This record gives sequence, structure tokens and C-alpha cells, in this order.
Amino acid sequence: MALRRREFIKIAAGSVGATALSGLASRWWGLDADPIPDPNTDGDRVVPTFCELCFWKCGVLAHVKDGRVTKLTGNPAHPLSRGRLCPRGTGGTGLLYDPDRLKKPLVRVQKRGEQAFEEVSWEKALDEVAEKLLRVKEKHGPEALALFSHGYGGSWFKHLFKAVGCGNISAPSYAQCRGPREVGYYLTFGRIMGSPEPLDIANARCITLIGSHLGENMHNTQVQDLATAIGRGAELVVVDPRFSTAAGKARYWLPIKPGTDTALLLAWMNVIITEGRYDQAYLEKHALGFDELKQHVADKSPDWAYPITGIKPELIRETARFIAASRPASLIHPGRRTTWYGDDTQRARAMAILTALLGSWGRRGGILSPGALEIPKFPQPMAYPKGSEPLDRPKPSQYPLADEVLASGVCDASIPGTKGRGIKAWMVYGTNLMQCLPNPKQTQKAIQALDFIASVDVLPSEICGWSDVVLPEATYLERCDEVWAPAYEQPFLAIRQPVIEPMYESKPGWWIAREVARRMGLSDFFPWTDSVEYAQRRVTEAGYDCHVLRDTGVVTGKRTPTCEEEGLSLTFDTDSGKIELYSKALKELGFDPLPEFRAPEPPPPGSFRLLFGRAPMHTFGRTTNNRFLAQVMSENQVWVNASAAAEVPGGTPLKSGDLVVLVNQDGVRSAPVRAKVTERIRGDCVYLVHGFGHSSNGLKFARGRGASDSQLITRAKVDPIMGGTGMNINFVRIERAEKTS
Amino acid sequence: MKEPRYAMTMDTSRCVGCHACVFACQGENALPEHGFRDWIEVETGGKFPHLTQQIRSHRCNHCETAPCVTACPTGASHVSEGGTVLVTRHKCTGCKACMAACPYDARYVHPEGYVDKCTFCLHRVKRNQQPACVEVCPTQALTFGNLSDPNSEVAQKVSSRRHVVQRPSLGLEPQLYFLLPTAPLAQAGD
Repeated sequence: MALRRREFIKIAAGSVGATALSGLASRWWGLDADPIPDPNTDGDRVVPTFCELCFWKCGVLAHVKDGRVTKLTGNPAHPLSRGRLCPRGTGGTGLLYDPDRLKKPLVRVQKRGEQAFEEVSWEKALDEVAEKLLRVKEKHGPEALALFSHGYGGSWFKHLFKAVGCGNISAPSYAQCRGPREVGYYLTFGRIMGSPEPLDIANARCITLIGSHLGENMHNTQVQDLATAIGRGAELVVVDPRFSTAAGKARYWLPIKPGTDTALLLAWMNVIITEGRYDQAYLEKHALGFDELKQHVADKSPDWAYPITGIKPELIRETARFIAASRPASLIHPGRRTTWYGDDTQRARAMAILTALLGSWGRRGGILSPGALEIPKFPQPMAYPKGSEPLDRPKPSQYPLADEVLASGVCDASIPGTKGRGIKAWMVYGTNLMQCLPNPKQTQKAIQALDFIASVDVLPSEICGWSDVVLPEATYLERCDEVWAPAYEQPFLAIRQPVIEPMYESKPGWWIAREVARRMGLSDFFPWTDSVEYAQRRVTEAGYDCHVLRDTGVVTGKRTPTCEEEGLSLTFDTDSGKIELYSKALKELGFDPLPEFRAPEPPPPGSFRLLFGRAPMHTFGRTTNNRFLAQVMSENQVWVNASAAAEVPGGTPLKSGDLVVLVNQDGVRSAPVRAKVTERIRGDCVYLVHGFGHSSNGLKFARGRGASDSQLITRAKVDPIMGGTGMNINFVRIERAEKTS
Repeated sequence: MKEPRYAMTMDTSRCVGCHACVFACQGENALPEHGFRDWIEVETGGKFPHLTQQIRSHRCNHCETAPCVTACPTGASHVSEGGTVLVTRHKCTGCKACMAACPYDARYVHPEGYVDKCTFCLHRVKRNQQPACVEVCPTQALTFGNLSDPNSEVAQKVSSRRHVVQRPSLGLEPQLYFLLPTAPLAQAGD
């Protein structure tokens, strides 16, 4: 009894002691402290680098523990991330540790497109690539080769193709994306937008989005600035057939009839000019063609625009006044993917002209003119040979203002029968052409006719399945790329450096490009031992400390005035040296010198216009296999207006979650996709998030999830000014999917 | 000095529902696949084209009167520093009484058998860092701090901005304050 009693006291004393130590009262167990658990995800090493989940290139800090990347956080020193990341940047580990990554070089063993490969050594794969490219070059000249590239690692391959003397160096980010915008703004102000766009969103008092869905389009800095502006009381005007995230934050949402934005813009200008709400002093000082513009929009009244756009005249007037009231800090966002209807350069012109009327170019809260740091080139022992003329246009007079090579044109020039164009071999870096060029059947036709196609990628996207040789690249977290010093309000220089060693047998792009070059007898163009030496040399020559850069990932330079308020004297690199409201250049080429509205073809009865866009956690098809990001979005849905859903044939009204098939005007059928029946979209269009509906066997997660908008885009209307492929001209009807198990 | 009271404000006028908070939390806390301590809710009202929308980032409300703590039979769910509600893993039997008691559905069962939830990243707070969701948020929609300190940013926001809490009628005094837009929104046009 005594013994048992002592035991009891001992235990009780221990318990009291533990409680006293922890300082917290635990209830009946009372045996331990109350630890605040630390998940221990901070790295033993933290490596600064920059992101490649999209093309914005934010600064990230990669935490590495026991050789494994535990988490990615925003680099506070980097002007584009400012310590914050978007969901995709946070989810970069999902790419690094994707079990479906390309692991070894592959060589095709069956017919093209059958996705049958054998694993080979790097030696064999590189020999094959170099030999085939050389053979085409020797037989047909460098103009028979073509490079498609997207992403920052592509610089090594562009360098390789320049060394070969090939002019067909293209990226779908131009003719399938931002091209019309660049030409429209260049014609008006003498400067393209580029990336990152030099927008002073944070200081704008009024922000107008024309179809741009910032917030779903998750360019980190722009979204940060948008939130800052909202916090400062800025108001939004959102023009979109869909009630976007931004529309939900807007003072005005204008659910415009798709394809009629130019009419609305002209009517806004009509109100602003008629009522004298434009910046007269600014225009007198900087712009040419005001009288022509005034006359041009005189009859484009809100009453004229109403039946076209579906936006009531009083609302057009009210929003025009609202936009003008905040000038010059009234930002017309230039957008990014602007290849919609084939008249997109003219719409971009209308946006640029409105910007000029508001006097917001070169002003606080408008569009800035930032500078960039100068980084000397790595000295080359020899100059590039003269590049061949790009074969992306049937004749030089066509698409006269294209200032980059048209990826779609290069594809067309590879189809037999295109006279004098005959491209015979492709190299594809980091861009899934099957999902980014319109009409994938046309792309397949071009590929089937090639002598050779090689792709360099991190994942087995559809284009890899169509390639003869597939080279597995290391991901952005395993490689050093070209240094980056873009024009930005706060000029900076950033480096991408390897966080961990390349996994599997993947190799960094610089090495792949050099090894191909060596085998093609072009070693002289690659005089560096590796990309680190390359980057160090350039950084050092520019006068920056490599050690600092290695530790911080980024250095910032001296700011230069970016707007009049900072002392910038406005200059315009147009033909006249002024803002060209009226474009003589367009007139001389036979195009409208002032934007005209031309109605796009309406959807046939029972059909919907197919629109597509983005979700914040995905970058096209590049992330849809990322299992980390897919946790919150593993498939897309087709947005259908609630009233329109009731009319969809099939007996009962269409409900959210029902499986449907979209059938386009050419009879192409989508994979089954779930409907999202919503009030948030007009009844004459449907909407898909782009990048889903993969068919590649290698994308074991993404394959068969959702529907591919690209597959349904069998038609494109080409912008005659610059060759952009307007893709919002396709129509679909909705069929109920066969019952699936 | 008054006892600290940790709280968070979530500015609905800023949030775009991008899910960066959700992923940053998963990374920071090494959560299992599909284990979420925070999540996004989008609420749309009205009929086309007269619509309203509110987007919110949610997590445990760290209630002043926490029903999960009362419901927990083992004492695993408890109130820790600054009123933060935590779960002591090895005391948790995974009985889910707390999950039934929580009106906010803020908890999930970890594959290792215990119930898991938001900790306000107290391990980071102790190192003078912000919770991972607050740090990552591209829209700076989240603010964390000590509500007992009237000079803290969180206290200033709660006192100066119109706000709501979720299900106030339950009387649980939730400590996640949803800030409302300062101006009227979405005068949709047709």
C-alpha cells in the first residue's frame, strides 16, 4: 500500500513538473508541454533564382533541405515579386517533382504522332539531331530550318539558330498572343509594351480593362499593383462578356457583345471629344491628327454603338465621363493576349488613341517609359552569318508591320505546296505547338511533311509525341539561364541559378544547345565552359558583383525618370516624332488610318462563340499536369449562361456538373467536359480555361481531363496588318455527353 | 501589457481568389496532398447582368469561444498563445468531435490519423515572421497581428473598416474579420 502510494506521488510530482515547465495547464493527461509544432520546411540552403511557371519571371527563394526543395517563397529583393508569389510560382515543386517528367532522351520508333519512343543515350540523340539539321541545311539552306521557342531558356537555341544563319526563329507569344497590341501601340506612340508591361497600375485612379482578366491572368506584379490601386481608392471599368474576377471589383461592368470593343472605344472617344473632356494641352504638344480623329468619331455616338455592343447609350456616356474624370491617371490597360478577331491591331490602336486623349502616356498612373540596365554581350569570336529571310509570309508585302516572325506562318510554310517556302526541319523549345497554334490538324499536316522534328521540353507535351527526337531539359530549378535585365520602373538584373542538380538524365538548355552546335561545327559560337561562366562574365562586365548576385538573385540599378511627373521629357519614336492619332503609315499601306469598326460574324442560331482565357493557378497547358496546382483545379469547365443553359437541347435544363461535348462549326468534337451553369457570362458565348484536354500519353495526370479549346479552334482570322491569328471566331454547340460510367 | 489576441483581417476588396495562400500554407506546413488549412470561397449574387461577387480566403477563425476545444474529449484541441486554437497531435485520437462542433468546417483529418487545422503559423510568428498565407498574398489581402494592441495594423483595420465575421449569431467571437469594399461595386450595365 505504502509503495503504491509513493508511486502515485512520484507520478503526480512528475506531472506537476511538466506542467510547470510548459507554463500551460493541460487537462487530464497532463504529461507534456504544449509544443507549437514547427514543420521545419525552412531550407538548410536558400537559393534565389527566378520563376518559369509563367513568363513574368518573378524572383523566388528556393528552400532546400536534405537535397530536396521543400518550398518556394517570393524574393523580397526582386522588384517583380516583392516577397510575394502567385499560386503557380508557389507550386513550382509540382513541376520539379512531377513523376511524368521527361527523364531520358527519346527517339521515335513508329510513325510520327504515335507516341512510341525508345530511350537512347544523349550521345546518340544529339548526333541524330545535329546530323538531321545539318543534312537539311546542306540540301536546302538554313532557310529550310525553323525554331519555335517560348520561355527564357530558349535564348540558347535562338543563339544556335542565329549561328546556323536561320531566320525562321519564332515564338507563338507574338502572332498568337501579344503581337497586335505591340503593333497598335508602336504605330501610335513609337514604343511597344513588351513584358513586363510598363504600366503604372498602382497609381492609377481609374483602370479600364478591355477583355483583360487581371486577377485570373495572374501576372504577379500587375495583380499586386491592382490591389494597391484598389486599396488607394482607384475604381475599375471592366469590359468583358464574362463577369470576371476583376468585374466583381469594378464600379462598372460592361457585358459587351463579343467582338464589338472597337465600337465602344469609338463611342467613348466621341463622348470625350464632343464634351471636351480630353487633354487638350497634351494633345496640342504631343499629338498629330486630332482633327481627323474628331471628324472620324463624330458619327460614332453612343446611340450608334448601342445596337452593336449591347451597351446602353447612357451607360456609354456615363463610363466615358467616369474614365475621363480621372485623367491623366486613367489607365487603359493594353491587355496581353489580343489575338481575337483578326482586326486586333486596329482595336489596339483605338485603345492607344484613347490613352492619348486621356494624356496618360508618360504620366503618373498611366503608361510609363522605363529604362533597363545595360549588360554587355558575351564577346563572340565571330559575328553571326547573315540570317536567311524568314519564310513566314507568302510575300514580303503581306502582314507588312509584323516585327517578329510569325509562328503560324512558319508552320504554314512547312506544308508542301507552299511555293518557295518549303521549311523541312523544326526544333521546338518549350512550346506545345499543338495547343498554342490554331487548327492543330494543320500543324499535324505540316509536321507529317517535315524531314525532321526535335523537341526540347521538361514534360512530354503533345508536341513531343509528334517529334522524332525528344531531349529532356532540366527544369528552371536545376539550371542557370541567360541573365535578365528588362526595362522596368525599377531597373534590375536577375539571375537564374540551379537550386539542385538536374534530376534523372535531364540536361540544362545551354548544354543541349552547345552540344548540338559542336556537332554541327559551330563550337566557336559557344566559347563558354558553362552558363555560369557565361552569366558571370556578363554580370562582371556590367560592373556588378557576382557574389552579391549569387546571394540575392537580383541587383537593382539607378531609376531613371519614367513619366513627366518624374521629369521625363516625352519623346515618341514614330515617323513624325509625335503621337500619331491618325496613322499615315497605315494609310500608305492601304489600311484604315483611324480604327473602323467591322462586325465579326455572329454565332449561328443554337451556337455559342467560343471564348477562352486563364485561371490563376495555371499557365496554359504547361501546368495542367502539375499535381500540386491541380489540387484546386484539375480540369476545366465550360461556362454557360444560366438562361441559355435552359435552352440547350436534351429535355431537362443543363445543370452545373453535367457532362457535355462541344461541337464546333467544322464538326470537331471536344472531349467530354463539365458544364458550369452561371449568371457570370452572356448567353451568346461560352468560356473555357485554356490548356486542358491533353491527349499525350505521357501526361499521366492531365491526359483526358477537361476539354481543349485549341482543338476547337479550327479557324483563325488573320490580322492583315501583322499576321496575328484571331481565334475568337469559332462557334460551338453544346451536346449532352453520352452517359459515362 | 494586455494579453495578446491574435487575429486576421481578410480584405474582400483585394482578394482575387488566386489560391496562393492555399499553396503557400501547404508548402510551409508540409501538408499532405488535398490537406488544406485554408481555402477560397467565391459568392456570386444576382441575375445577369446585375451581379455582385465576393471572394474570400478562409481558415480557422480561432474563436474566442471555441466549440472545438469544448468538444474535444482528450484535450488535444486547446487554446494556445494569443488565443490561437491548436491541436496537439499525439493527444488527438481522430474522433472528429471537433470537426462536428466546428461550424466553419476548418478542420480535416490528416492521413496520419490526427485532425489538422490552421495554426496562424505560430512557429513563424515566434520568429517575427508573418503566417505563410499573409506573406505570399499577391494582393496583400491578409493582415495578421495582435488585436489587443490598438496600434497594430490588424486592430486599425478592424476599427476603421466596415467588416463582417462569419456566422456572428453563433456567438463564438471568430477572429477572422472580413473587410468589405469601401465603395459600392458593380453597377452592371445592360
